[in-house]
Amino acid sequence: MSLQKFLSDFAALGDRDLKMEYLIELAGHFKAPPADVAAKPYAESNKVPGCESEVYVWARREGEDSKLRFYFAVENPQGVSAKALAVILDRYLSGHSVDYIADISPEIIYQLFGEELTMARGQGLMNMILAVKQLTLQNTEQEILNKSKITVH
Amino acid sequence: MNSEILVDCDWVQERLNDSKVILVESNEDLLQYKSGHIKGAIEIDWVRDLNNQLIRDYLDGNHFANVCSRFGIKRDSTLVFYGDKHNWWACFAFWVFKLFSHPDCRILNGGKLAWQKKKLPLTSEVEDRKVTSYPVVQRDDKTDRILRDELLSKIRDQADCHLIDVRSADEFSGKRLHMEGYPNEGALRGGHIPGALNVPWGRAVDQETGLFKSVEQLKEIYFKECKLQVDREVIAYCRIGERSSHTWFVLKYLLGFKNVRNYDGSWTEWGNLVGAPIERF
Repeated sequence: MSLQKFLSDFAALGDRDLKMEYLIELAGHFKAPPADVAAKPYAESNKVPGCESEVYVWARREGEDSKLRFYFAVENPQGVSAKALAVILDRYLSGHSVDYIADISPEIIYQLFGEELTMARGQGLMNMILAVKQLTLQNTEQEILNKSKITVH
Repeated sequence: MNSEILVDCDWVQERLNDSKVILVESNEDLLQYKSGHIKGAIEIDWVRDLNNQLIRDYLDGNHFANVCSRFGIKRDSTLVFYGDKHNWWACFAFWVFKLFSHPDCRILNGGKLAWQKKKLPLTSEVEDRKVTSYPVVQRDDKTDRILRDELLSKIRDQADCHLIDVRSADEFSGKRLHMEGYPNEGALRGGHIPGALNVPWGRAVDQETGLFKSVEQLKEIYFKECKLQVDREVIAYCRIGERSSHTWFVLKYLLGFKNVRNYDGSWTEWGNLVGAPIERF
């Protein structure tokens, strides 16, 4: 399922309470990254800036087609929204192309969490999306660089 | 430590069935309350419940009475505020209730984290509350709040008061217009109000436990290091007035300052104000 389809289905829930319950359910599916992706203490370079929930993000190429998969750690036990968003980003952005991910607006957090999400509240969540976009770009650039090196040899 | 205003988990546990005591959860994370709260607690959201939705201001007396009545709060209810992020938003909600002079407001020391660390039960069940008839009380904008014009006069007159800027060091110096990673909520100038001291709000909290630091530790910061005098007026500010409500609470209720006010217009107002003086390092 695409992120757009997920957001459309999510909007169809209509009722704010139902949406929040669904997000809490998603947060319940959150899993910390496996040890072969990241081990504590996590590197500061993987930390999402400005996120009170102390979120870290990694990207790793996996599978035969070497698609990017995103992994998250949420170190603040109170970061329920961050956990829910991490699950959504992993489910609906992992494996997608750089162009697809580049088109995702960080402002989807308002569709997910509602208008009560003020700038101060929402920025950490938006930064999670920005971090995923940045990691995707970095990995793609690295891949292009690696391929060009192979060609030279 | 003010044991009347600051309560601990044991105090709350002993009063879970006391109808006079109402627990009020107030969070930054919007999913926090629904994912689990202390039995019987209500949720007050500062954006949804305490703000005027059109004007940048809080509710007036009529609307505040409606909110309280809807949540089953009586004028003689004991309200215990708690929440996530070291009670940041809980202190803010507490401050707004004090603008309406609600008599008995308290803070659960350590907030929700303290409750969770003790592995005490949380529930997602929201109990129905009997609607009450909370009286209409006009908001007092003089005792615990200071507005722009009065502050501007004080700065121009070099009035005898302490100004505490509770933002991060980079925001204070003018290097940043906002907390790292946070948005610039529209401030055009960086820096601080002339004469302000920089004491980030989080210094009052033990970051590991989430509890307020001991009175001795707080005195070390605010009296010895910052040289604040308890009988002088103190004005605290941050970016939109929430972090500074935490410091306001510490100074007024834990250290006994008699005249502490929160400038909630804070940097998003001052940093845009035409002609307002600014210092920058």
